[in-house]
Amino acid sequence: MPEKPEFFLPDPEGLTPSAEGYFGAFGGKFIPEALVAAVDEVAAEYEKAKADPAFAAELNELMANYTGRPSALTEVPRFAAEAGGARIFLKREDLNHTGSHKINNVLGQALLTRRMGKTRVIAETGAGQHGVATATACALFGLECTIYMGEVDTKRQALNVARMRILGAEVVSVTSGSRTLKDAINEAFRDWVANVDRTHYLFGTVAGPHPFPALVRDFHRVIGVEARRQLLERTGRLPDAAVACVGGGSNAMGLFHAFLPDAGVRLVGCEPAGHGVETGEHAATLTAGEPGILHGSRSYVLQDDEGQITEPYSISAGLDYPGVGPEHAYLKDTGRAEYRAVTDDAAMQALRLLSRTEGIIPAIESAHALAGALELGRELGPEALLLVNLSGRGDKDMDTAARYFGLYDSEEAGK
Amino acid sequence: MSGTIELLQEALAHAKAENRAALIAYLPAGFPTVDGGIEAVKAAFDGGADIVEVGLPHSDPVLDGPVIQTADDIALKNGVRIADVLRTVREAHAATGKPVLVMTYWNPVDRYGVERFAAELAEAGGAGCILPDLPVEESEGWRKAAEQHGLATVFVVAPSSRDERLARITAAGSGFVYAASLMGVTGTRASVGEQAGELVRRTRATTELPVCVGLGVSNAVQAAEVAAFADGVIVGSAFVKRILDAEGDEAAGLAAVRALAAELAEGVRKRG
Ligand SMILES: Cc1ncc(COP(=O)(O)O)c(C=O)c1O
Repeated sequence: MPEKPEFFLPDPEGLTPSAEGYFGAFGGKFIPEALVAAVDEVAAEYEKAKADPAFAAELNELMANYTGRPSALTEVPRFAAEAGGARIFLKREDLNHTGSHKINNVLGQALLTRRMGKTRVIAETGAGQHGVATATACALFGLECTIYMGEVDTKRQALNVARMRILGAEVVSVTSGSRTLKDAINEAFRDWVANVDRTHYLFGTVAGPHPFPALVRDFHRVIGVEARRQLLERTGRLPDAAVACVGGGSNAMGLFHAFLPDAGVRLVGCEPAGHGVETGEHAATLTAGEPGILHGSRSYVLQDDEGQITEPYSISAGLDYPGVGPEHAYLKDTGRAEYRAVTDDAAMQALRLLSRTEGIIPAIESAHALAGALELGRELGPEALLLVNLSGRGDKDMDTAARYFGLYDSEEAGK
Repeated sequence: MSGTIELLQEALAHAKAENRAALIAYLPAGFPTVDGGIEAVKAAFDGGADIVEVGLPHSDPVLDGPVIQTADDIALKNGVRIADVLRTVREAHAATGKPVLVMTYWNPVDRYGVERFAAELAEAGGAGCILPDLPVEESEGWRKAAEQHGLATVFVVAPSSRDERLARITAAGSGFVYAASLMGVTGTRASVGEQAGELVRRTRATTELPVCVGLGVSNAVQAAEVAAFADGVIVGSAFVKRILDAEGDEAAGLAAVRALAAELAEGVRKRG
């Protein structure tokens, strides 16, 4: 390892979107005029930061000594025995400070916030992991912090609500629409329009208007760059597939990006099929959606024939979203990445299996990637080498899991 | 049939000739019902509105505050469709001969088909469209269709818009320019933003188009205040709130809309 490890790795391959923020037909900047100046300011500040060695130095230092990077790469043979004998390695983003990959992007944007001279940060959160990471960075930097979270999610991720509040953030429970991530984003945009002078909207995934899809991806590129190097060191070869769950798509894009030039590596995104795509109760946007505009960019969205966004469903709060980042839409349409849908049940089984075979309790979001890897391993056979992004840890999901598996002593168990 | 952009231009010119601001009302289609919404538009004209913007209800109205969100929810729960929005435009225009615009988020138009939407709006007698989340950079396709069908493209400018952007936006727009009085979402406010006058002045420096001010205006005093420096006063949430407050009594809601329009119509004739 180099003496001063580098974790801030903005795309060196020239794979950035066009100047207007397009990845092929997807992306762009569909925002009200009131936000144009603020969004342009974020883009300009990010360009300046990329060229400033002091920015990279500070972020690298935080990533090393606050987040705890590089994150481990763990082989999971007992789990892999259920996957047709393929070898499986997990990229352990769950071991980062705050318990998920989200901190990578948050620290980068928190530094940008300070550079822009803004004193207040707002963010949306689904599973609460982005909210917790944001509240953490705001505590660290002394920034005022307001987190928007759908009411459904404040209930199913109550532990993370408490964490955010302990960290000093205000958590606003959003009761409009489907009361989940989409509605939390709507409310955060409304706040931003009204308070944009002193507020940065610390967007939590690779969606939203340009420059967020590229900027958030850049802060997460470290996941794939590290994993690629670690896997080569450990096995001497590249994986047959890199697998990640896809909500908005940030952990997946962070993993995939370093492998884009490696044509032999399949990039597999696992979307939430909820009760099954055929039931209509799912959030499998790339599998079942169509191109449209949601939250500032053109991508795939779940919508009806007249452009009304339809209500998504997933047992996983972090994946329960009817949109997806535009670069994923582009990778799907070009065929470079493939997306499959994983049901609630398959994800929950994978969550329990990893816990019991390896002593690692994954987040329900990440369990979708694990379930996808089990399928893929069986398809590819014992020679296969799979890399899976374990985007987060499962502490926040223990109430959901206890109800799902009937683990409570009392009769309150759900299923 | 061509759209009625001329009617919009005439209405604004007429108000100017009378040395007053125009009164522009906003009402969502399908609220409280499709027929009730049509009656509400007619009542706003009847009370003295010069122009009406018909809202196309959306599942994700990110630029709207709680009042219009609630109305959109009610309209969508009742199953409002784009055909109903177009019927609202058609019947309100046919009954009054006045200019009727549509205000909509971009995704419904994108999904419906830009050309198809423009053609059908023109066919219904619409005067144009306000597209608050379609920035000028992404608007070329729409503008071509709108121009071809005789429809105005009204852009929104905000206090945060820099002068060079204002020039670019107003050069692309037609009908009038919608100046947001403050940084925020729709909803009634105790006072109209101080930034409004300055924004109108900066906008005028870039264009001959009339500049109309919206966001936050809810009563005659505020209307008069805005009328002192703007070519038009746009009022939305206050109308919607009147209907919500009537709690399902349709006649009372319509009477309240008519009364508010009359009050505001007096306001825009006072000019501060
Ligand atoms: C652990 C974890 N993984 C994945 C996600 C989904 O987000 P993304 O698709 O942006 O990685 C979340 C979001 O809350 C999360 O908490």
